[in-house]
Amino acid sequence: MTNFMSRNDLLLLVGFTAVVLTMPIWLTPFGAGYPDLLQRFMIFGIFAVGFNILFGLTGYLSFGHAAFFGVGSYAAVWSFKLLTLDAIPAMIFAVLISGLFALIIGFLSLRRSGIYFSILTLAFAQMSYNLAYSVLTPITNGETGLQLTLSDPRVLDAAIGQSFVGQPVPTLLGQQLGGYAGFYFCAGFLILSFFFAQRVAGSPFGMMLKSIKSNQTRMQFTGFNTRPYALSAFVISGMYAGLAGALLAVTDPLAGAERMQWTASGEVVLMTILGGVGTLVGPVIGAWIIKYFENILSALNDNILTQFWSFLPEGFAEIVVKVTSKFVGDGWHLTLGLVFVIIVIFLPGGIMEGVRRIAAVARRSGPPGAKSHQHQPAE
Amino acid sequence: MKLLKSGMSRRRVLQTGMAGIIGSGVAPMMFTKGAWAQEFCNNPTGDTVTLGLNLPLTGAYAEEGADEQKAYELAIAHLNGEGDGGLINVLTPSALKGNGILGKKVGFVTSDSQTKSDVARAGATRMIERDGAIMITGGSSSGEAIAVQGLCQEMGVIFMAGLTHSNDTTGKDKRRYGFRHFFNAYQSGTALGPVLSEAYGTDRRAYHLTADYTWGWTQEESIKNTTEGLGWDTVEAVRTPLGAGDFSQFLTPVLNSGADVLILNHYGNDMVNSLTQAVQFGMRDRQANGKDFQIVVPLFSELMAKGAGENIKGIYGTSNWHWNLQDPGSIAFTKSFGAAYGSPPSQAAHTCYVQTLLYADAVERAGTFYPPEVIKALEGHEFDGMGNGRTLYRAEDHQCMKSVLVVQGNDAPTSEYDVLNVVQEVQRDTVDYDASIFGGELGPAEPAPVCA
Amino acid sequence: MFEVIFLQFLNGLDKGAAYALIALGLTLVFGTLGVVNFAHGALFMLGAFCAVMFRQFLTLETVTIDPTQTSPWGAPLEIRTPLVQAWFGDFGAVLVNYSVPFSILITIPIMLLVGIALERGIIKHFYKRPHAEQILVTFGLAIVAQEVIKSIFGPNPIPQPMPTDLRGAADIGSWIGFQANVITYPLWRLIYFLFSVIIIGGVFAFLQFTTFGMVVRAGMADRETVGLLGINIDRRFTIMFGLAAVVAGMAGVMYTPLLPPNYHLGMDFLVLSFVVVVVGGMGSLPGAVAAGFLLGILQSFASMTQIKAIVPGIDQIIIYLVAVVILLVRPRGLMGRRGVMEN
Repeated sequence: MTNFMSRNDLLLLVGFTAVVLTMPIWLTPFGAGYPDLLQRFMIFGIFAVGFNILFGLTGYLSFGHAAFFGVGSYAAVWSFKLLTLDAIPAMIFAVLISGLFALIIGFLSLRRSGIYFSILTLAFAQMSYNLAYSVLTPITNGETGLQLTLSDPRVLDAAIGQSFVGQPVPTLLGQQLGGYAGFYFCAGFLILSFFFAQRVAGSPFGMMLKSIKSNQTRMQFTGFNTRPYALSAFVISGMYAGLAGALLAVTDPLAGAERMQWTASGEVVLMTILGGVGTLVGPVIGAWIIKYFENILSALNDNILTQFWSFLPEGFAEIVVKVTSKFVGDGWHLTLGLVFVIIVIFLPGGIMEGVRRIAAVARRSGPPGAKSHQHQPAE
Repeated sequence: MKLLKSGMSRRRVLQTGMAGIIGSGVAPMMFTKGAWAQEFCNNPTGDTVTLGLNLPLTGAYAEEGADEQKAYELAIAHLNGEGDGGLINVLTPSALKGNGILGKKVGFVTSDSQTKSDVARAGATRMIERDGAIMITGGSSSGEAIAVQGLCQEMGVIFMAGLTHSNDTTGKDKRRYGFRHFFNAYQSGTALGPVLSEAYGTDRRAYHLTADYTWGWTQEESIKNTTEGLGWDTVEAVRTPLGAGDFSQFLTPVLNSGADVLILNHYGNDMVNSLTQAVQFGMRDRQANGKDFQIVVPLFSELMAKGAGENIKGIYGTSNWHWNLQDPGSIAFTKSFGAAYGSPPSQAAHTCYVQTLLYADAVERAGTFYPPEVIKALEGHEFDGMGNGRTLYRAEDHQCMKSVLVVQGNDAPTSEYDVLNVVQEVQRDTVDYDASIFGGELGPAEPAPVCA
Repeated sequence: MFEVIFLQFLNGLDKGAAYALIALGLTLVFGTLGVVNFAHGALFMLGAFCAVMFRQFLTLETVTIDPTQTSPWGAPLEIRTPLVQAWFGDFGAVLVNYSVPFSILITIPIMLLVGIALERGIIKHFYKRPHAEQILVTFGLAIVAQEVIKSIFGPNPIPQPMPTDLRGAADIGSWIGFQANVITYPLWRLIYFLFSVIIIGGVFAFLQFTTFGMVVRAGMADRETVGLLGINIDRRFTIMFGLAAVVAGMAGVMYTPLLPPNYHLGMDFLVLSFVVVVVGGMGSLPGAVAAGFLLGILQSFASMTQIKAIVPGIDQIIIYLVAVVILLVRPRGLMGRRGVMEN
């Protein structure tokens, strides 16, 4: 056991598993203990963990990962429509297709690095999105989104004589995957994904990826061809995105082009940075925080705020309500943007770095590694 | 120590996991109808009942969304016995009492659908699972309506569609749990045809610009069928992406295409942009084939007309309803809405208001919130007094059959809201059609799915 | 057929004018400061909202309620009196009519201040940080800018009417000897094209013929040496950032009659403007302008049904396709200098 994983890694994995599986309990007091949001926590957690394998380890900033997410969703829904309502074939199918997609895009995009790489991925993703929205409508059903219908062929289900009453929904061995069942299904995959990412980061392969980030030129001088490694990382993270997209289609069988738009790619970047790029837990926490605030902050309205600030003197309370209302409800993106800017400026390591700094201060030693991040502007 | 700890947490997990699976116990096959007849999604047990409003507050159709929200708040106030009662006083037959629904006070939650199907569906899921919404309503795009009514069928929650005009909503993609009060593209075509042939003759060449999604496609098809039936030619039908903004690259080819009518199958901000830009291209001052070039916008709304300003003058289209109608229902609603918000209601506001009342009325008549019973109460229900004449909720496809308005941009508006003139009120018999022509399958009402 | 192609070409120039203007500002910032500015689209959007603000100010009204009369929808009748017309009479009416071009006058100082504040406040701390972090911080700033505008002006587009005399289409065909009404094109779109040519010419002349421009060009080529000569290059670069903001803002102002601005306008143009810049070559001003017009023309032609019949969907992806091909085949872009951002 111990030579398979280090004690720290094992502790982290066990702790992570415990936190994830008990989420329905400890998130209820925070108003987030309902299946739809919990499922999204898991799904976007997987997406962010996968994104971090590319961006966190190799430093390649992709602005087009939502394309793989969308491809995963479409592939899964097509599997539900054509083959069977069972989730497992759909997941396999989705991961394979998005992996293939990532292989092609990655092969081309990785010929460049830096901002050129970012723009290449962005261009590919926008092409996918625009095509899904227009001429590929026979495959994607365009704006309306691809849905399941009673008249789908579902050849495998038909072969074993299974038929459905009502709206068809994805299942796992006959058990429907809505609600909490869907949450535990996704949670299982998040834990597996986390475990796999942990193994990758700790492996010689992971070391290689990290050295691409720190100094690619030196790597090439020493005779290593870094591109196959970077490409593997790209494909793996594309498959993670496809897996997440497939899970979203499993819990809610509709695939829409919106989830491929570049702003959706931007969101996973935000998640990763917010939580802490290059760390294992950080991106997941970033994903949870963004999804939590998206669902909770956006639901706050003036009535709730008035109650919240009611302890303040009248008149003053009204002003406070007016000001705070700009930052919640429809305006929650403003809060997100501000927090993000502040994080990038003052805490490039994200929340995880914040945690480390606080821990370091608590231990009464200087903040390790914090200085190297803070470049002073040249004057 | 460590083992013990993780062992405990695993058992705990298993327990909650099992509870989750049993609690979610969605499998409709597991529960027989009789024993669980009253166990359904979000059965309201307290003294309030929550409606979920899915509103496009941002995106291409955001303007309608804001108006819809006003209408819903008004309808809910009226249901709770507040305000002047609005259309409750004129609905016949009516089971509404002005004390909420089945004695429970009506509350609501909202979600911004951003005029995107994906987001609308996520919002509806949230309102059903987190907020316990008993009914979902709203939306102003057919994409949203079709995505959300599929979800509602899955969850066992009734969906009262807001503004949706695609034939597919109650055709190919119809659902047992989805209901539409708004008219559709097919009816627009039927109503608009005679007016167009009278105004522009039977020898015309039409060029379509079409919003590239379900509504645009079905409207293009319906209008094409109508105009080709009149003897018009169709030069070209070009699809434009939803929310394109600048339509100039699609408009330039129209100029010398040999067409003399431009048909804009656009709605909301898209229509405001494409029409304004078409006018900037001088299309309304043009001559083609020896005739005056004309623009037709088959689906009009007051909000769009307001946005397009004077570009709209003289242009023909159809509407579900207009605040200037002089029947008691329309007068009552316009007065009630105007008093509350200082502006007359749009057709989107009207259809959303009416849908809320119709749902409440159906629940009262059914005597229960149990969706299959409410569905039965709505199917085949005939009523009057809501501003569109006698109206039937057709059982076969859940489409409301009622009269349709042909409207024209007002040449001499007296106020910023007086932008459309009602040219003709086309009667219900004329716009009637066979429910089977668009195919689709409603699916079953029972067993009612039980959402998590 | 000639007139069809000619019109489509004109349309391409008109679309390209907007692309070129945005890409010009973006390249100025990249070329001088070496910063990848994802907030540049937001500057375009802020400019557009300067026009909105100006017009809202000009059309302020006093509202008096006449309780004796009611409107057709049952509310008490409101009588609105526009203030500017009441104060300035005919001149006020002209001011309102020409609000879009006039708002350039307030846009220039506002955008200059915004640009300088942005550079001094945040961007300058990112000169030495990796491009990825520059992208992230400016992307965050873009979100903040658009959300602030949304909370002030609401989510819906706000139409900005063009001056009445400049509405409608100009009969270009008859100017160059065709028969009447064959080649007509909206007047404002022609004005926009001319406007962009003037601005682009102005920026080039400024860089070419002024001492300031000379120092900046020298700084673009070799920042350290210029610094060693005792010239305060930083201050000039700050002003360049302000200038880029002004160019983006003016492009936004003049665009408002073509497309009613909403808070999302900047994000819609952002991706596009980056594509234009890389096609032209990062850091090359003539490249950005040429690529802007080239992509505008390509996009316009790709939207023709004859072309789409051959390659379905090409109008949706042409711009990105060109960018991908250029980046893979010739990463320094059409006119980029060898060695800039190459690897």
